[in-house]
Amino acid sequence: MAADSNALSVALSLLINLDAALVDIVLLSLQVSLLAVCLAALIGFPLGAAVALWRFPGRGLVVVALNALMGLPPVVAGLVVYLLLSRAGPLGEWGLLFTPNAMVIAQVVLVLPILAALSRQKVEELLAEYQEQFVSLGMSRLRMIQTLLWDARFALLTVLLAGFGRASAEVGAVMMVGGNIDGVTRVMTTSIVLETSKGNLPLALGLGIVLLTLVLVINAAAYLVGEWARRRTG
Amino acid sequence: MKTTLTLTLATVISGTLVSQAYADDFITLASTTSTENAGLFDAIVPAFEDSTDIEVRVVAVGTGQAFEIARRGDADSLLVHDTAGEEQFVADGYASERADVMYNDFVIIGPSDDPAGIDDAENVAEVFALIADAEAPFASRGDDSGTHRAELRLWESAGVEPQGEWYRELGGGMGPTLNTAAAMDAYVMSDRATWVAFENPQNLALLFAGDKVLFNQYGSLVLSAERHPHLKHDLAAQWHRWLLSEDGQQAIGAFEVDGQQLFFPNAQ
Repeated sequence: MAADSNALSVALSLLINLDAALVDIVLLSLQVSLLAVCLAALIGFPLGAAVALWRFPGRGLVVVALNALMGLPPVVAGLVVYLLLSRAGPLGEWGLLFTPNAMVIAQVVLVLPILAALSRQKVEELLAEYQEQFVSLGMSRLRMIQTLLWDARFALLTVLLAGFGRASAEVGAVMMVGGNIDGVTRVMTTSIVLETSKGNLPLALGLGIVLLTLVLVINAAAYLVGEWARRRTG
Repeated sequence: MKTTLTLTLATVISGTLVSQAYADDFITLASTTSTENAGLFDAIVPAFEDSTDIEVRVVAVGTGQAFEIARRGDADSLLVHDTAGEEQFVADGYASERADVMYNDFVIIGPSDDPAGIDDAENVAEVFALIADAEAPFASRGDDSGTHRAELRLWESAGVEPQGEWYRELGGGMGPTLNTAAAMDAYVMSDRATWVAFENPQNLALLFAGDKVLFNQYGSLVLSAERHPHLKHDLAAQWHRWLLSEDGQQAIGAFEVDGQQLFFPNAQ
């Protein structure tokens, strides 16, 4: 097929010419996914640490549920958020459907279980080392969560990247709650779906290459920041 | 690292807040993939936006889903192609107005070597009967879209119950269905606009067109403010009137892909 050979040159010309529409789409993708990951981290990391720390009845169920929700199909998350935000739904009055904020909410739903489940595991590993010290210091639970999260920060950076990967790569949820509206809710993945459905395969694949490049750059930046911080703290 | 993170967070959040500050005057239009994929809105909406300062946000889905979005109160206006369904929608009280806007036609696409020999059929009923007889692969939308509904009516009028290995319901939009049909050398019914704008035909060719039952009427609906008071009824009515006005009709007629007119204005 001609698509594969043209796609690279399409991707290159998209990147070189910095097409204004493409820049808007890329910025919106980044805004939505980064914001979703940040919000999910604010809830997910403390939640993961709390589940690691507390022993309560039904804890096993919570752990299993968090692990299972990592596999939540994006289109199901999208459908649930759609029904919540639709005018006929319970949160309809907010008028959020078909806006970028609706896409952020859907991605938070998708990313939160990943951040909570993986951070729970990382923190639990660390807790095994710290347990005796905590007891001898007589620390409060809140203080313990803070300490554990801070000391696990390099591992959590990788968890954060896994969450970002999930958010930036999914299409089912943002398509459903965003509506792929040109200039308003069109992001990288929904553009790729649209161009594929038009049969414009070189452009679709070109956009895919741009998206991959972007994810690569972000991962490289995170890696460098991590290395730099690790060296500074020794 | 903490400061960097806080800074990033602040930038991202403020960035999103900024991008939220769109013009207040916008309507959400639920429409079909055929109009969006062909590029009609890119061509006609700017003229409307310039003359009224009302932004039109198009959510392009199948006609069935467009009705559902409107029924739930999530769109201000509809532009779809299922006249019977549209009239029912008005009768059910979901829409306050409906009008013919434009038409095009459905065409029958198939492998260029035409294994079912539909090329010189007299009418579309014969075409469908030939495909069924030959049990040649046929790709159906299968998604309750306007095109799917029209296709099912045509099978019915051809007296064929489409069933069996050869009849494949794909459950996707027009574009994805054409992509799949191209990959499996299947016959497929498409609206002419999506077909002409489609860029991945491979071995497919237009084999049959012109029967008057393949007529494909598009209608505009303004949704009922009584049922959903939050809707931007006045703005949607302006869009509806513009589509039917001389300006709107001219813009639709002037839209071409590869020198071919794809939609024919026919507002009364």
